[in-house]
Amino acid sequence: MIDLLVIPLIKIVIVLTGVLVTVMYLVLLERKVQAWVQVRLGPMRVGPHGVLQPIADVLKLFIKEDITPVRADKYVFTLAPIIVLVPAIIAFAVIPFGDTVSIFGKPIPLRIADLNVGLLYVVAVASIGIYGIILAGWSSNSKYPLLGGLRASAQMISYEVAVTLTFVTVILASGSLSMVDIVAAQKANGVWFAFVQPVALFIYAVGALAETNRSPFDLPEAEQELVAGFHTEYSGMRFALFFLAEYANMIVVSAIATTLFFGGWLRPFPNVAFLGVLDLVPTWIWFVVKTFLILYVFLWIRATLPRYRYDQLMRLGWKFLIPLAIANILVTAAVKVALSY
Amino acid sequence: MGQALAFYTLAAFILGFGVLVITARSTVHSIMFLVVDFLFIAALYVLQGAQFLAVIQVVVYAGGIVVLYLFVVMLVNLKRPPEIHKDRRRRGRLGMVVSLVLLAELGAIVAYKYVSPAAALPPARPMGPDNVAQVGMLLYTDFLVPFELASMLLLVAMVGAIVLARRDL
Repeated sequence: MIDLLVIPLIKIVIVLTGVLVTVMYLVLLERKVQAWVQVRLGPMRVGPHGVLQPIADVLKLFIKEDITPVRADKYVFTLAPIIVLVPAIIAFAVIPFGDTVSIFGKPIPLRIADLNVGLLYVVAVASIGIYGIILAGWSSNSKYPLLGGLRASAQMISYEVAVTLTFVTVILASGSLSMVDIVAAQKANGVWFAFVQPVALFIYAVGALAETNRSPFDLPEAEQELVAGFHTEYSGMRFALFFLAEYANMIVVSAIATTLFFGGWLRPFPNVAFLGVLDLVPTWIWFVVKTFLILYVFLWIRATLPRYRYDQLMRLGWKFLIPLAIANILVTAAVKVALSY
Repeated sequence: MGQALAFYTLAAFILGFGVLVITARSTVHSIMFLVVDFLFIAALYVLQGAQFLAVIQVVVYAGGIVVLYLFVVMLVNLKRPPEIHKDRRRRGRLGMVVSLVLLAELGAIVAYKYVSPAAALPPARPMGPDNVAQVGMLLYTDFLVPFELASMLLLVAMVGAIVLARRDL
């Protein structure tokens, strides 16, 4: 009973709270990082150095008027933000945050579930999230959202192919679809897959930016062309749900990058004995640190790179990344077969 | 007991959403019900211990094919309900013919079952927790030819789509 219900529920509550708080503060971090890049101060008024800014923002979003356009499809309009947010959050179910720890003498693995199809589960969940964006664009019954929704979904579908193909190379390298086994394989190999599969990491990084609709691929919400894209007509808490989902998705792709390419919860140099001191740090802290470093790269890229044009984006995806990913699979498979003899 | 209860609940949902798919007025609503239906079917696979099949069901059908349907429907923008046949008598006759064909088909299946009952199925191989490896093994050994044929078929469809889209090749 305790193993079946209570412990998973506690884990879910902790993960959910952690994710939501991280999302709130990721927004602040983004504003601060952008400000520092541009030699500004960023939010400074609410609390010391603006640390209470997210709370003020959430309060503001809660009490804003919630408008539904008259000609909108009401049910779909209400449902769309939920469809976007739910997949972003349930993807955390298969992400291993740390090794097994023992609390009060009871071994507790720091993950919600270890599915044997973990990586595919992530792909499946991500593919459902696209519906929310298309439906948000369609149900608003307005030009800019429709165009933004179409752009977003075309972009996400295109780049999903490339990203999923990089997963195949990681699966080939590790021999398993389970996130836990992938981390274990990196420990057994003694090297992060970032060094074994640099090409896959590159494709994943570009694809992750495009799939989360982040700069330089933030075309679905290119302000100069589309106002705010698919969420133009949304306001108040429903808009906040889109916002939450975008940042939750950033955390998901960073956490997956950590797991697949940067050794997940393993400390740096997991097989070098004289660095054993590093084992004193709990495994989940390594995971969080790595994930945040990747998130920082997201913010850094946004502050640095200009936006792509739409045809350039599609050309990059279909004519460069997908062929490269397929070639990478062939090479990885050939090397794997050659090594097994 | 629990398994049966879960099965019948899921089956009821699948049929219910199936009915909603064909009765919904708006095409977009009908597509959304179809997605929910596919998700419940995936749950049915999980119940059978076929996680791989369940995830593939979501990725391919719910996440891939239906998104393309939605694209088409949104771009075509069906504002009016699809036109039904003007002549009431012809509409009735058409419906009659279609339902008779369906009935005959179902009847034939039932009759065939009584004429030559299927041989008892070989006991299902126990699906271990690692059914991804098992599915892969089966696809590349026992079912290699159908698998390759299916991939050929998809390739042909892909080439066909490109030819249709670009006349000036």
